[in-house]
Amino acid sequence: MRPVQYNTKLKMVEAPEGMMGEGFMATSFEKVVGLARKNSIWPLPFATSCCGIEFMATMASHYDLARFGSERVGFSPRQCDLLMVMGTISKKMGPVLRQVYLQMAEPRWVLSVGACACSGGIFDTYSVLQGIDQIIPVDVYVPGCPPRPEAILDGFLKIQELVGQESLRRRNGEKYKELMVSYGIQ
Amino acid sequence: MPLNNEIIKQKLTDKFGDQLTDWQEPYCMLTFTAPKNLNLKVLQFLFDDPELKFRFLTDLQAVHYPDRKGEELVVVYHLHNLVDNIRIRFKVFTDIKTPDVYSATALYQSANFMERETYDFFGVNFTGHPNLIRILNVDEMDYFPMRKEFPLEDQTRTDKDDEMFGRS
Repeated sequence: MRPVQYNTKLKMVEAPEGMMGEGFMATSFEKVVGLARKNSIWPLPFATSCCGIEFMATMASHYDLARFGSERVGFSPRQCDLLMVMGTISKKMGPVLRQVYLQMAEPRWVLSVGACACSGGIFDTYSVLQGIDQIIPVDVYVPGCPPRPEAILDGFLKIQELVGQESLRRRNGEKYKELMVSYGIQ
Repeated sequence: MPLNNEIIKQKLTDKFGDQLTDWQEPYCMLTFTAPKNLNLKVLQFLFDDPELKFRFLTDLQAVHYPDRKGEELVVVYHLHNLVDNIRIRFKVFTDIKTPDVYSATALYQSANFMERETYDFFGVNFTGHPNLIRILNVDEMDYFPMRKEFPLEDQTRTDKDDEMFGRS
């Protein structure tokens, strides 16, 4: 017998509600897609300062982001689903961040980690962008200066919730287009 | 006899007479002021003189004194003699309405970026600089942020989200 068969602690994601019978299961496509997406989010870390260090701890063995299906950190925006912005974004870096966001394929989500990324933080000054939501839309904000890894994980779980519940039509909707237009995208 | 502050001062006064003023030695570092049209001549002399040999420009920056009418901006040069390990500093004052100072780029390559930075933050116009554009701030910036008339925290700024700071 192979050792894997002795591993009884395997945890499976619960199946969505649906009609079940002998040899078939019927559920809505949306739920299946949501389930698949939310348990395999590929994050793209955009770390510029101390929040980035907290993120490293979050990724490492102790806090282990892989528990939530995100061990595969990508450094190519085209492959990734979630842009994690961690740290102070100066005005000069604003266009770079925006470019990275634009290069990501839909559907894409943004997690803003830490006081600086959310609002400029203590850097109430001429050179610092007062929150990344000035240039790109943000889905979840994680407060803290810097937030502890638990807080980052909590923000990540909030993102998972959003991803799992998102309607498949959302990104074709009028409201979403309006949001994009308000940021001057497309 | 090793080079010291007195010899440097003597050599400079022999060459430039009483045009150099305000001699000080804070923390044993010789400091003086030169008229702004003389800055390149002083730098060249300090560079070329076989004894002085100040051939390393450690730093170059500006200070804004809004209360000194007619000489609001001062450009400060920090020079280092690497042979005798002696540092000096000299200042050039200029009116903020005509902030033109000769560029030291022909003498020191390192002055290129430092003059760009000084231009970026204080608006000192270094005449003769090959590429005097902003280096650290965004290109669209239309003011010089380190001048004292611009407060660090501008409460009227439009991109400031007061709600985030509990002061709506």
